[in-house]
Amino acid sequence: MNVARATVAGHRSRLPSRLVLGVLTWIIVLIFFFPVLWMALTGFKHEEDAATSPPHFFFKPTLDEYSAVWNRGLRSYLEHSITISVTSTLIVLALALPAAYALSIRPVRKWRDVLFFFISTKMLPIVGAIIPLYIITKNLHLLDHQLALIILYTSMNLPIAVWMLRSFLLEVPAEIIEASQVDGAGLPRQLRSIIMPIISPGLAATALICFIFAWNEFFLAVNLTTTNAGTVPIFLVSFVAPEGQFWAHLSAAATVACLPVLLAGWAAQDKLVRGLSMGAVK
Amino acid sequence: MTPPTSTLAPPTVLQKPTVARSRRRRGGWTRRLPLLPALIFAVVVTQIPFLLTVWYSLQSWNLLHPGTKHYVGLRNYHTIFSDEIFRTAVVNTVVFTVAPVILSIVIGTGIALLLDRRVFGRGLLRTLIVSPFLVMPAAAALVWKFTILDPVFGVLNYFLKPFGVGKVDWINSHSQATIITVLTWQWTPFMILIVLAGLQSQSQDILEAARVDGADGLRIFRSLTLPHLRPYLELGVLLGSIYIVQAFDAIFMITAGGPGQKTTNLPYYLYEVAFRGFDIGRASAMGVVVVVATIVIATLALRLISSLFSDEGMAGR
Repeated sequence: MNVARATVAGHRSRLPSRLVLGVLTWIIVLIFFFPVLWMALTGFKHEEDAATSPPHFFFKPTLDEYSAVWNRGLRSYLEHSITISVTSTLIVLALALPAAYALSIRPVRKWRDVLFFFISTKMLPIVGAIIPLYIITKNLHLLDHQLALIILYTSMNLPIAVWMLRSFLLEVPAEIIEASQVDGAGLPRQLRSIIMPIISPGLAATALICFIFAWNEFFLAVNLTTTNAGTVPIFLVSFVAPEGQFWAHLSAAATVACLPVLLAGWAAQDKLVRGLSMGAVK
Repeated sequence: MTPPTSTLAPPTVLQKPTVARSRRRRGGWTRRLPLLPALIFAVVVTQIPFLLTVWYSLQSWNLLHPGTKHYVGLRNYHTIFSDEIFRTAVVNTVVFTVAPVILSIVIGTGIALLLDRRVFGRGLLRTLIVSPFLVMPAAAALVWKFTILDPVFGVLNYFLKPFGVGKVDWINSHSQATIITVLTWQWTPFMILIVLAGLQSQSQDILEAARVDGADGLRIFRSLTLPHLRPYLELGVLLGSIYIVQAFDAIFMITAGGPGQKTTNLPYYLYEVAFRGFDIGRASAMGVVVVVATIVIATLALRLISSLFSDEGMAGR
């Protein structure tokens, strides 16, 4: 009887508190999301609606600034970003998938040491390497050249990809691989008909996460590129000290800059945490 | 390498281990082969630059004065440690790492606990909350700088007006708080994701049993949830520290290290010395100091990951 009363009382107090907590959750999340929303909204404004006091929350939306940004040079930076991010991601996968295989399904003897070597390269700060990287890039005449960023973004994402792909490969049941070996399936067939189908969602998530990091990278880009190979963040640098009314223009550019990674991130959402924790958390 | 084909040679006891070893070695190489491209690439691209940084840090070398490069031993280290701005940058680096990490882990845990409950539109909420972490930091920094924090037209002062806040120039009068806020905003979703993964791996049976035993929410949180979350919190703090120590984008875009040196951290100062002053020797010495400091944090992180790793990820717990 005591228990019953407690539960009833519990339910009575729980319902309003659940509602309050639900509303609170929404408010907090919307506060965090607001800058992103405000960025996108401001991009749809005319300049005279963008910087006003008080701010305009309702206005006649326009695509003028998006087309202006596009025509005033963002396009070539976008092209560089796409080429560099996509190419480096493909190279990362090409290097990481065999490596992850050699660290999981048919492990080399010191696989643990190798794995930790990869992760330790990710933990060294890039400022510790930037000066030699700059000098080497300069001596190889690769300054402001897309190849420089492609190589460096590949090395930046390689450890994440190795760790992530390894964690996906470990999920391939050993029995299936053994059974296929008994059936006489060679390595190419094993890869094609067993391993790839199982890990392809993981492979896609890994690619998206590498793409996000490459797309957003700023420090290497700002030090090693300008106009010929500059990525989207370099285009944005011109807004640091601008003149005249520019908020709508800036917001439109920022929205375009963020859109690909937002889409990639939302698509890879359920695997995001595994990528960020290098496969430690699933 | 090839096993003996001649049947005439009697298989002696001595031959056996040789054959076995060579077979194992061959097996070893076919195993190692897929690993090599990635390993060689990582060694060449990541390790050689670090070694060169150490070498450069022992030189007097300014790109503006070509031909004057020469070995000076530890003099650059002596110069940077007696440099007032360098010491300010060290302190700022600590501030800009510790404050955002603590704030984002605390706020992130709170939000993760809220999101772990049954709440209307949970899927949408999670999609929205990861966004600050996904958006390009350089772009977000500019959006904050102008459309949000501007003293006259910024939307923050508009929202704070009912609370009696005037036209505050946040970026100039509260520059450190500005950087900390933007970094916290950006990294809280990261912590939420890690803590949520921890919460979701909690055994529901044990929580149910505790509830049946009459434990209230706070008690369950303190004696069951928190200990369970501990490795996840540690992972969040360590990975967060390793990344936030390198914070550069927000400082470059919003404050350019100022006013004065108030928001100059080590990455930004190194950038100024190397790419504005072209003092390669001095900047390299600073780079070495940053690396040594990070190795301390990274060692802790590696030890932690390796302990998690011995259970093969935290998934099954």
